[in-house]
Amino acid sequence: MSSHTIKITVNGRPYQGQAEARVTLVDFLRDALDLTGTHVGCEHGVCGACSVLMDDKPIRSCLIYAVMADGHEITTVEGLEKEDGTLSPLQDAFWENHAMQCGYCTPGMLIASHHLLRTNPSPSEAEIREAIGGNLCRCTGYQQIIEAVQMAAKNIGDGA
Amino acid sequence: MDTASKFKFVSKRRRVKEDRRFVTGRGRFAADYKMSGMLHVAMISSPYACAEIKSIKSEAALAVPGVHYVLTGEELAGHINPLLSGLDLPSVKRLPLANGRARYAGEWVAAVVADTRHIAEDAAELVEIDYEMLDFVIDPEEALKSDAPIVHPEKGDNVFFDKKWTWGDVEGDFSRAPRSLKLRARWSRNSTVPIETFAVTANWDDGRSMLDVWASIQMPKYPEQIARALGIPVSSVNVHFDVDVGGSYGLKRGIRQTVIVSYLTRKLRRPVRFIEDRLENMAGGEMHGPDRIFDMEVAYDDEGIMHSLKIKATDDCGCYPGRAPLQLGKPVSAIVGPYRIKSAEYHARSVSTNKTSQEAVRGFGQAPTNFAIETVVDRIAKELGISRAEIRRRNLIKSDEFPWRIPSGSEYDSGDYHTVLAKVMEAANWDALVSKRDKLRERGQLAGLGLSTCLEPSGGNSSFEPLFNPKNDTTTWMESCLIKVDMLGGITAMMGTSTSGQGHETLLAVTIAEVLERDPETIRAIHSSSVTALPSNSPVGSRMAIMLGGAAAGAAKKIRAQLIAIAAHNFQLPADRLTYNGGDVHVENDPDRCLSWHQLVDIAHRRYHDMPIGSEPGLQAQHTWEVPTGGAMPGADGTVQMYPCYAFEAHIPLISIDPGTGLVKILDYFIGHDCGTVINPDIVRGMTFGGIAHGIGAALYEKFQYDDSGQLQAGTFMDYLLPSTHEIPAIEMIKHYTPSPLTEFGQKGSGESGYLGAPAAISSAVNDALAPLGKTIETLPMRARDIEALLNG
Repeated sequence: MSSHTIKITVNGRPYQGQAEARVTLVDFLRDALDLTGTHVGCEHGVCGACSVLMDDKPIRSCLIYAVMADGHEITTVEGLEKEDGTLSPLQDAFWENHAMQCGYCTPGMLIASHHLLRTNPSPSEAEIREAIGGNLCRCTGYQQIIEAVQMAAKNIGDGA
Repeated sequence: MDTASKFKFVSKRRRVKEDRRFVTGRGRFAADYKMSGMLHVAMISSPYACAEIKSIKSEAALAVPGVHYVLTGEELAGHINPLLSGLDLPSVKRLPLANGRARYAGEWVAAVVADTRHIAEDAAELVEIDYEMLDFVIDPEEALKSDAPIVHPEKGDNVFFDKKWTWGDVEGDFSRAPRSLKLRARWSRNSTVPIETFAVTANWDDGRSMLDVWASIQMPKYPEQIARALGIPVSSVNVHFDVDVGGSYGLKRGIRQTVIVSYLTRKLRRPVRFIEDRLENMAGGEMHGPDRIFDMEVAYDDEGIMHSLKIKATDDCGCYPGRAPLQLGKPVSAIVGPYRIKSAEYHARSVSTNKTSQEAVRGFGQAPTNFAIETVVDRIAKELGISRAEIRRRNLIKSDEFPWRIPSGSEYDSGDYHTVLAKVMEAANWDALVSKRDKLRERGQLAGLGLSTCLEPSGGNSSFEPLFNPKNDTTTWMESCLIKVDMLGGITAMMGTSTSGQGHETLLAVTIAEVLERDPETIRAIHSSSVTALPSNSPVGSRMAIMLGGAAAGAAKKIRAQLIAIAAHNFQLPADRLTYNGGDVHVENDPDRCLSWHQLVDIAHRRYHDMPIGSEPGLQAQHTWEVPTGGAMPGADGTVQMYPCYAFEAHIPLISIDPGTGLVKILDYFIGHDCGTVINPDIVRGMTFGGIAHGIGAALYEKFQYDDSGQLQAGTFMDYLLPSTHEIPAIEMIKHYTPSPLTEFGQKGSGESGYLGAPAAISSAVNDALAPLGKTIETLPMRARDIEALLNG
């Protein structure tokens, strides 16, 4: 199968790699770019573990091919930290609230929540539920995740 | 009672150590490990419910560039030992790949190995397999009929296990009781379905004679099972327990997967990796859960007091009897629930069918049993016209009656069930919920209020092994911890198991900090690899807070004693004249005559001349301990002390049902919860909320449905429905703390909490909603289509 050169910007850094046309974006991120923070759950677009931002919009990286991301900007969980390596208010709130157990869905949850807070800084509980409604977590029952997003919204609002 | 005030670190809110790596995307899961030269595996699955494998032709597949090997079941069977069975069934061989006969649709019959997973999948389509279809059986009750197709012809029938125990005067109690009732409750096949599938990489290093394994594993005796299957020493198997496991809840016991890649890496001399895709996981991973028919009979009186209980549990094990049939065994530990029932009969049957095999699921059979018992209790309430809460109050064991021995021989350690029930009913404002329900009904809606009260046996023990297999005399079920204090005073604690979200690193840090009075943030906890690990039985049976916490505290006490002994030697005083304070040791009532933590550590590591004569240099200690109350074989009558500690929970959900679609909506949810002393409140909250969500899934959505031709119809997340934020409500948790007298800090288990009572509570609520229509449903899951059919059918 033919190989394609893919140039994408991930977390603000330019990357270049080779991939067959059939390679999904998540496999490209994980295997070619060694960005293993994004996880593979169902491979059919339901669980949301592979969520990343493409041009600031949340997408399922298992549902698009890497070649389709050529020339686009991607944000993964590795890009959420501040430049000095400290946690973002959202990451910090996830930690503070123990908004996870096994940590497998966490990158996708963070991406979905990150996008929510950028577009809606003061979401209601219903809006949070809607925003992460396409991300499955089998550990938490979602409650501490919702609490974390609420805390992050407040902390960001307070200038964190 | 709040026990937090007794402790400096235990029970206090504290960030969970593990979480930092997960929020930064730096968890290291099995699929994140890569090795140069690594090969990838794709499985070929049988398309038939039962078929003879006549031939496998691999030439075309092997001709594909990048393909290295096609492994058949026949080859593998010739080079390995069959996998461990929980039962004494020598005629039933469990193998990683089907050999000669495929016994369910989805069973793996060959493995293709290639440079990439894509190539392996391409080549898998080119392997030519000639099958001859055979008769099959899907329904467990059909499987018991004399003319049923036999899943394992060598066995002669489809019965893996069939035994009836009678504890106490069951027939007498039934004949004396003025009332009795029978019902059938059905728990359908579902599972924990972690978001991460099973993944494993193995690498055989011939120079070191070492098989290194990185796997998403949660299983007791995993290295030993690999070694036995391959016929190599356990010391040649090194399982890297520091791999983060992406959810398991009892399930991730991929011994078949592991043996396949281990055989291949030894054969091909390259690292070999297999990551299940979702369909491989759902259809062929052999990771389904209990699938159980309960025929229940209870003897009770006009006051609603239960006198005797008969349970006949027919469990559809699927194809192979790994550890799964033992899931009929654990419920013996709480066979009468939290109730004062004098006698019990338990008839446990494990039946083979042409479905994928069961594996251990959260609660190990207890959640289905609790659902069946609670269904009986609700039915009594309905028959007598007494409230469901009152029926429970009349039957729950009282707090001053502990320890309480149940008919099957297990002694419940402690509890305060009446108080927990009262607290949750008060917090939920039961009467207000009744009004809310009735208002919904007045508006023409179907609405129901649910209640369940049940136990979480915890401290995972192995007593069901000898109970179900007399040739297995395992009574040892230990856990271990090794602590070393380094020369600069840092503390490192080691466990011999992997973690799948339970927060064991935090558990070790907090329990050791409590004993040594050191800051938990300074304590590092690590997962030893199996060759250096002390004995562990992994986080099964809701046991690690009890067992790993206990092992850690035991090792920490030895460290503390060593510090005091060093100080005693240097002060030339007896140890009982010294005071340990935060790691420093001073003379009693004389804080100025003190040796600090760092001075004591320095003596231990560098100044042997200041050490007590004959003492061991350095500062390290290990502790391995047996399950409290464990270590005994079952009695001849099947009575057994199964688990040591019993947590309690009471659930109250309010639901509505859309009369047009049958869709259930959960409006409110309350849980009263008592797992003794809590080590970390956030971890216990999370486990309980997650368990409730899992239980809601089992009650309303999740089912591995097979069709009449034996095909799995729920192999993806489009048709096996996991609950999302839209289905799971906000939950209010009301805590109570009844310490266990058997554990270091009074802790009990909570790893299965929520899940053990939520299905029963949802069922209770659905049936309450249906009651005005005179309808009942006692089969889980109660899917919208099932309820709609009941309403409108």
